[in-house]
Amino acid sequence: MPILMIAPSVVLIAIFVYGFIGRTAYTSLTAWRGVVPDYTFVGLRNYERLFQTEKFQADIVNTIHFTVFFLAGCLVLGLGAAVLLDQKLRGSIIFQNIFMFPLAISFIVTGTVWRWIFNPNYGLNVLFHNLHLDFLQSGWLTSPGSALNSLTIAAVWQMSGFCMAMFLAGLRGIPEELREAARVDGASESQAFRYVVFPLLRPITLSAVIILGHISLKIFDLVFVMTFGGPGYATDMPGLNMFITTFRQDLFARGAAIATVLLLMVALLIVPYLIWNLRGETER
Amino acid sequence: MGNERWSRRQFVSRAGKTAGGVVLGLSFADFLAACGASQAPAAGGGKLEIFSWWTAGGEADGLAEMFKIYKKNYAGVEIVNATVAGGAGTNAKAVLKTRMEGGKPPDSFQVHAGQELISTWVKAGKMEPITSVWKSQGWDNTIPKDLKDIVSSSGDVWSVPVNVHRGNALWYNKKILDDNSITPPTTMDDFLSALGKLKAKVQAPLALGSSGNWQVQMLLENNILAAGGPDFYKQVFSGKASFTDANVKQALSWIKSMLNYVNSDHPTLGWDDADKRLISGTSAFNIMGDWAKGYFTAASWVPNKDFGAAPSPGTTGKYVIVCDTFGLPKGAPDRANAINWIKVCGSQEGQAAFNPKKGSIPARTDVSASIFDPIAQQFIAEFKTDALVPSSAHGSATPDAFASGVNDEMGQFVINKDVNKTASNLQKLSDEFLK
Amino acid sequence: MSVLVATPRTATRWRPSTAVAYALLIALAVFYLLPMFAIVVTSLKSFNEVSRSTLWELPKAPTFEAFGSAFDVMAPSFFNSVLLVVPATILSALLGSLNGYVLSKWKFRSANAIFALLLFGMFIPYQSILIPLFQFLSAIGLYGGIPGLILVHVVYGIPICTLIFRNYFATVPRELLEAARMDGASVLGIFRHIMLPISVPGFVVVMIWQFTSIWNEFLFAVTIAQDPTQRPITVALQNLAGSLLSQYQVQMAGALLAAAPTLLVYILLGRYFVRGLLAGSLKG
Repeated sequence: MPILMIAPSVVLIAIFVYGFIGRTAYTSLTAWRGVVPDYTFVGLRNYERLFQTEKFQADIVNTIHFTVFFLAGCLVLGLGAAVLLDQKLRGSIIFQNIFMFPLAISFIVTGTVWRWIFNPNYGLNVLFHNLHLDFLQSGWLTSPGSALNSLTIAAVWQMSGFCMAMFLAGLRGIPEELREAARVDGASESQAFRYVVFPLLRPITLSAVIILGHISLKIFDLVFVMTFGGPGYATDMPGLNMFITTFRQDLFARGAAIATVLLLMVALLIVPYLIWNLRGETER
Repeated sequence: MGNERWSRRQFVSRAGKTAGGVVLGLSFADFLAACGASQAPAAGGGKLEIFSWWTAGGEADGLAEMFKIYKKNYAGVEIVNATVAGGAGTNAKAVLKTRMEGGKPPDSFQVHAGQELISTWVKAGKMEPITSVWKSQGWDNTIPKDLKDIVSSSGDVWSVPVNVHRGNALWYNKKILDDNSITPPTTMDDFLSALGKLKAKVQAPLALGSSGNWQVQMLLENNILAAGGPDFYKQVFSGKASFTDANVKQALSWIKSMLNYVNSDHPTLGWDDADKRLISGTSAFNIMGDWAKGYFTAASWVPNKDFGAAPSPGTTGKYVIVCDTFGLPKGAPDRANAINWIKVCGSQEGQAAFNPKKGSIPARTDVSASIFDPIAQQFIAEFKTDALVPSSAHGSATPDAFASGVNDEMGQFVINKDVNKTASNLQKLSDEFLK
Repeated sequence: MSVLVATPRTATRWRPSTAVAYALLIALAVFYLLPMFAIVVTSLKSFNEVSRSTLWELPKAPTFEAFGSAFDVMAPSFFNSVLLVVPATILSALLGSLNGYVLSKWKFRSANAIFALLLFGMFIPYQSILIPLFQFLSAIGLYGGIPGLILVHVVYGIPICTLIFRNYFATVPRELLEAARMDGASVLGIFRHIMLPISVPGFVVVMIWQFTSIWNEFLFAVTIAQDPTQRPITVALQNLAGSLLSQYQVQMAGALLAAAPTLLVYILLGRYFVRGLLAGSLKG
């Protein structure tokens, strides 16, 4: 009976996830190029070619760079904001809403707005100049050196509220008595945080990392709208490369190869987590 | 199944011309039509789904004008305006590809003249030739042969040009040029010296918006045309001449020189952001297709008073064609309606209604120039006498796979400015996609 | 569940640390609100003003013109999005709660493996499966309109909804179920009479999450809802951005209109989102 209840979901996921993944993986091993499907088997040739392109090499480096800084940014800002809000100051509910509202906006809008804000001639630089903070000016998205970090800022802006919400939930879930007990034992506020609160936040941190991590590996809309991968390949990402390769260049097999690599990267992040998590559960 | 409704009259007229095997398939559709006959209007009927990426501004207005003409002539046909915006047609192309792969073509779709259609759907056998429509409408007399060649392959015509944009146009802020007594340059040397003269006076004499890199690709093709002339241009973009040729290297060096005078924020700017710099006076020149005119006039700038246009440096007497066309996919659900649509697209009335709104000039040479602005009038006159070449950046001269690769290469070139390396990388792309 | 009961607020005493906390909160708020400011200011300008001024200048002659143009284009799509989001959200939440219940409380053999396989579906890059997805939908006759989109969103919503509910139900004591079983309740009966009534916080989290992501989703919307009369709002928003001429003020006004419902959801329900998370929904 319980199995029957989840059967619809299992069937749907089997088709829509694993069936389609299988098809994509299969396509990546064929010679399909141009709009006519060509299922001649060519082995790993598409992968060899792919890894030789400068663009894809840049993609891999960019994805790792972006993911690391995006995660760090979201976790730091999210935790910082959550700790501040947890002080239960007057008006904190207003701040909480402000921090969360970017979650309600689509990446498409975020991309358009931040592209402007980063425009060196009429965006943030003007603001910094007016505030006599000229040293903060930068080329932002326009120079290959700073473009990826600027993209990261926009992504952090959008998603850090989610981290904040999770950490806030985590903090509020820690019984006050625990901290009280630490204080009674003579621990300072920061010690109490470090030795009592922080360890208890670990599971929630991990969940946040997983959810944000996969968003960052797959990032597409934001890059599409903000930079289209430029300047050069400075902000190009596998998701965008795949879209262009498949739908603009008609290199369907190579596009499928990119998708498969992307999937493997995601799996590398997710599968250990899933195993660790489920194992830990059975032991508990 | 709603798409497959046919009115009795259409069915009979069609069935007469088609082979018996097809009739068998259609008779079911006819049966459906009979069921819905009570609502079907007397003349025409059914639907017409037109797929394009013209969603806003003058383009959308122009399309609406053509729809009006269609409705006037074929009352009772319900027009479905299927538009997909974003990424200068990239989203639309993705959607079109998923639909064509899935066997659900629209009745007719917007596509750039030439390779964008011929190297894809024509090659795949998914298009019907429109040669007979072309002949019956007498378009040989009204549309230039150079243009017909672009939309033809192996003896058949595949789509009807509805407009012509000029890819090689130089735009300037008239006041800045007058104030510095500069006449609009015609040669590359004049142009570069004008830029040098203005360097101290305006923030960045040449405005560039290179987000997506296709604008740099336009500079490349314009410069190749300037350096090598129309014959070399056609050869190099059909894989018959090499990209390591001195002409291409000359073209690249010119871009390199131009880059000394451009705004530093160009990688994030679109073409319209670049034109905004002309309006604000922070730049004097921009090289862009003639859709730029629509941006200037929308900002209440007056042609030949606030701004002017000339062929891009070194390309006087030559015309880079960026051309939108409509074709007929096999299995179009409302084939007869689609053929009528193609007739409207190629008609004098249709082109006269569409082009003033779109900011382009008609593909036909018999539309009265008096309904256009002075710059369009100048281009209409030049279109009749100039050597016409298809644009590669906009899908006419080369397949998209090549153009997209060149995009990436030009994105790299803007950063490393390495002429020789870029030339040899371009040749690699040519080997892969133009052979 | 005791954590759900708000701890009585201690009156905030004025301390130097309070001032620091407020300063930091305000700094963060500026970071989060800056793009919003840009959106609002731009949406109130005329085309001429947008093309001549910088991002931060207030409109000299504020006008609602842009909202008018945006509204004309977007009004029908707004209704389509409602038709799409409401059933898709409810269906995926129901399926998720069913799965979450079964997978957390009826640990049959391979329950964990099934959960892991379901969950992995959350991480696939959607662009990579567009073509097989399209072919599948055409084959079953659901291509082109809202019903197909609903199906797709329900399917790809199953993993996250299952995750949230499974974690949520994990906090429900087993004894409760055992007791009900003793009384002869069936698997489904327990779900209906015991689990569903206590799962409101879980539903709030899932529904906010699904509502926002489906409302803001673009890729599926643009490829699957081909019928122009059935287009969701994100597609209409993109259509405001002409392919050749961008009227930023209209885009920004459109962005505000499109984001209004999700913003409202976050402002009204944001605190319940945090409370729902607190109740165990997203803990590892």
